[in-house]
Amino acid sequence: MAAASISVTLDQIFVLLRDWLVHFLPAALRPFASVVLGVVAIVAVFPGLFALTTVFERKGLGRMQNRLGPNRVGPFGFFQPIADGIKSLTKEDVIPFRADAAVHFLAPLVLVVAVFMGFAVLPVGRNMVLVDMDAGLLFFFAMGASTELSVFMAGWSSRNKYSILGAMRAVGQMISYEVPLLLSSVAVVMITGSLSLTKIVAAQNQYTGIFPHWYVFTPWGFAAFLMFAIAATAETNRTPFDLPEGESELVAGYFTEYSGFKFALFFLGEYLGMFSISGLGATLFFGGWSAPLSFLNVIPSWIWFFAKVMAAIFVFIWMRGTLPRLRQDQLMNFAWKFVLPFTLLDLMVTALWRFMGEGWARWVVCTAILAGAYVLMGRTAMQQKKFGPRSYRYAE
Amino acid sequence: MSFVFYLIAALTLAGGLAAVLLRNTVHCALALTVAFAGLALLFLGLDAQFAGFAQILIYIGAVAILVVFAILLTRSSETMQEGVFSKSWFAGLVIAAGVFAVLGWAVLESAHALPFETAAPRVTVRDIGNALVGRYVLPLEIVALLLTAATIGAVIVALHEKERAR
Amino acid sequence: MLGEGIIKGMLETAKNFAGSFVSADRLTTVEYPEQRIPTAENARVFPFLVYDGAGWEAGLRCVACQICEKECPPKCIYIEKSKDKKPDFVGKMQIYPVRFDIDISVCMSCQICVEVCPFEAIKMDTQFELATDDRFGGLLMDRQQLAKSNEYYHSIHPAEAAEVDARLAQEKTAAEAKAKAAAEAAAAKAAADAAKAAAAKPETPAAGGN
Repeated sequence: MAAASISVTLDQIFVLLRDWLVHFLPAALRPFASVVLGVVAIVAVFPGLFALTTVFERKGLGRMQNRLGPNRVGPFGFFQPIADGIKSLTKEDVIPFRADAAVHFLAPLVLVVAVFMGFAVLPVGRNMVLVDMDAGLLFFFAMGASTELSVFMAGWSSRNKYSILGAMRAVGQMISYEVPLLLSSVAVVMITGSLSLTKIVAAQNQYTGIFPHWYVFTPWGFAAFLMFAIAATAETNRTPFDLPEGESELVAGYFTEYSGFKFALFFLGEYLGMFSISGLGATLFFGGWSAPLSFLNVIPSWIWFFAKVMAAIFVFIWMRGTLPRLRQDQLMNFAWKFVLPFTLLDLMVTALWRFMGEGWARWVVCTAILAGAYVLMGRTAMQQKKFGPRSYRYAE
Repeated sequence: MSFVFYLIAALTLAGGLAAVLLRNTVHCALALTVAFAGLALLFLGLDAQFAGFAQILIYIGAVAILVVFAILLTRSSETMQEGVFSKSWFAGLVIAAGVFAVLGWAVLESAHALPFETAAPRVTVRDIGNALVGRYVLPLEIVALLLTAATIGAVIVALHEKERAR
Repeated sequence: MLGEGIIKGMLETAKNFAGSFVSADRLTTVEYPEQRIPTAENARVFPFLVYDGAGWEAGLRCVACQICEKECPPKCIYIEKSKDKKPDFVGKMQIYPVRFDIDISVCMSCQICVEVCPFEAIKMDTQFELATDDRFGGLLMDRQQLAKSNEYYHSIHPAEAAEVDARLAQEKTAAEAKAKAAAEAAAAKAAADAAKAAAAKPETPAAGGN
C-alpha cells in the first residue's frame, strides 16, 4: 500500500509540485500561474533534451561508423552542447547585405514559436498536459503547418540561391508529406472518435491481461504508424529526406545565410520538431504515457513518455547513420504514388475494422488486405523503378 | 475580452491593409498570413476551436504557401518600380465594392433571420463532423467532386507541358 | 520486397553500433594528442636547413646560391647573401646566408627547393604541430629556427639521410683527391719550375754559391 502511494506520488510529482507552488498565490492568479509554470517547464525541459540529443546523436553516429564521437569536453564529451552554445552565442550575427532584414530576423522566431506551441497539447504524463483541447490534434497540425512559412521566409529573405532552393525543396516536401501525416493520424481519430490527445491516450491505456491496447498492435494501426513514421521523417527534414539541407549540394539549405544564435535557433527548431512529432507518434500509436505492460505502471508515466520519445529519436539517428539521401523526384514519387495511396487504403481498412466488430475475423481480413496491398504495390513500384535502384536519365 | 478582441481586430486589419498596400509582393503575401492568423485568433476568441485551427492549417499552412509559390514561380518577387495600382483599378474597385455590399447585406439580413443569442453555442468537433456527413453531406460531396476535378485538371495541365517538352 | 534493403542496412549499422562497444579494434579513432601514429618515412611538411657539426651557424651547408629562392613556386623563401666567406664542409671558402627566411604560411610543401638544391642543404621536415597565435611573426621562420642538425635529419628520414651522407662523403673524397692532385701538380710544377729556373740560370746559384 505504501509502495503504491509512493508510486502515485512519483507519478504526479510535477503536478503536485506545481499545485504546491501555485497555492502561495491569491486564488485569482492561480489558473494563470499554473499555465505559466507549465510553459516554463516545457521551455526548460525540451531545449535541455535538445542539448543532450545533439551529443548523443554525434556519439551514436560515430559508433555506427566505428568512431568514438565527441569525447573531449567534460566527462565523455557530455559538456559538448555547452561549448557549442557558447560558440554560437559569441559568433558574429551576419545579415547579408542584400537580405530582407526584417523577414530574415523574423523567420527563426516564427519557427521556434510555432514548434514550441505544438508541445502545448502533448500529454507528457498522467494529468500532465498544458492545454487539454477538444481539437488538440488539429492544433498540433496547425502549428506544424506554420513552420513551413518560416522555412520559406528564411529561404526567400536571404537572397541566396542555396537558401531559396533549400526553401523550395523544404516547402514542397513538407506539403507533400503533410497529407499522409494527417491522414495516418485520421485513422486513429476514426477509432477513438476524438481529436483530443488525452482521450486518445486514455483509449489506449487499457490492458488485456498484461498487454496494452496500443494502436500499433493492430493491423491498421501498424500500417498507419509506418506511414506516419515515413511522413514524420520527411516533415522534420531528417535523413533520408534531408534534401532541403543537403550539405553536399546546398551548404545548409534554407538557413545557409544564418550565423550565430539564429543558426542555433534553426537547429533548435529542427530538433524540437523531432521531439514533438516523436511525442505525437508515441501518443497516437504507442499509448502516450501508458506503460508497455500493465505491471510496469508503477514506474511514473512521464518516464514512459520520455522513454518512448527518446527511443524514436534513437531510430531517427539510426536511420541517419544508415540511409543515403533521396533524389527530389524519388521523394515526390514516393509521397504521392506510394505513401498517400497506402494511407488512403489504410483509412478504408480502419473503417472496416471499426464496423466488423469484435472477433478474430477482422484481424485476418485487415491484415490480409494491408499485407497484400503492401507487397503488390511494392513489387509493381520496384518493377517500374520508381523508387528502386537509381537510374540515371542523363548519364547513360 | 473586448480589449483582446480590439487588439486582434486591429492586427487583422493591419495585416489586410499591408497586404494591399505594400510594394513587394512577397511582403504582401506574408502580411496576408498575418491577417489569416488574426482571423484564426478571432475564431478562437469565439470558442470556435475547430474553425480557428482549420483556418491556420488551411490558410497559413496551404493557401499562403501556395500564394508565395505562385509569386516565386511566375514572376520576379522584386519590388515594382511603378505604383502598385494596376490599370484596371476602377473595375477592381467596383467589383470589390459589389462583393462587400453583398456580404454586408447578407450579414445584416442574417442578424434578423436568426434568433438573438446571448452566449455562443458550444459546438464540439463531433457536432461539426456529424453535421458535415449528415445534414450537409450533399454540399460536402459537391465540393469534394469539384476539388477532385480541379486536381485532375492540374495534373492534366502538368502532363501536357511535359509531353510538349519532349 | 519493398523496404528489405532498408532493414538490411539498418542491421548493418546496428552491428557496427553494438560492435564498437564490444571490440576496441573496430574503432579506427586515434586519440591524437595522447596517441600518435608514427609519421611515414617520406612524410614532408615544411623545409629546414641542415647543418653539420655542433655549431648551427658554422656548420650550415647553405651557400646562399639562391636557386631555391628563385625556384620556389609561391615565393616563400627570402635569402640575403653575406659579404664575407666561411669554409664549407670540404674546406672551400663560400659565402653563407646572413638571412634565410621561410614563410610557412605561404609554403605549399612542394619540395621543389629540396630537389633543386645542389648542396643538400635544405630538406623537408616532419614537424607539423606549428600552430601559433601570432599569424605573422609566428609563421615566419628565420635561419636559426630552420637550422636542424644532420643527426636530426638522420632521425626523421634515415634512408634518405644515409644516401645523402654517402654522396657528400664521396664528393668530399673526390674533392680531397682533387685537392691532393692539384697540390701534387702544383708541387710538381713548382719543382719543375725550380728545375727550369735552375737550368735557365745555372750560373746564378753557382755564382751565388760561389
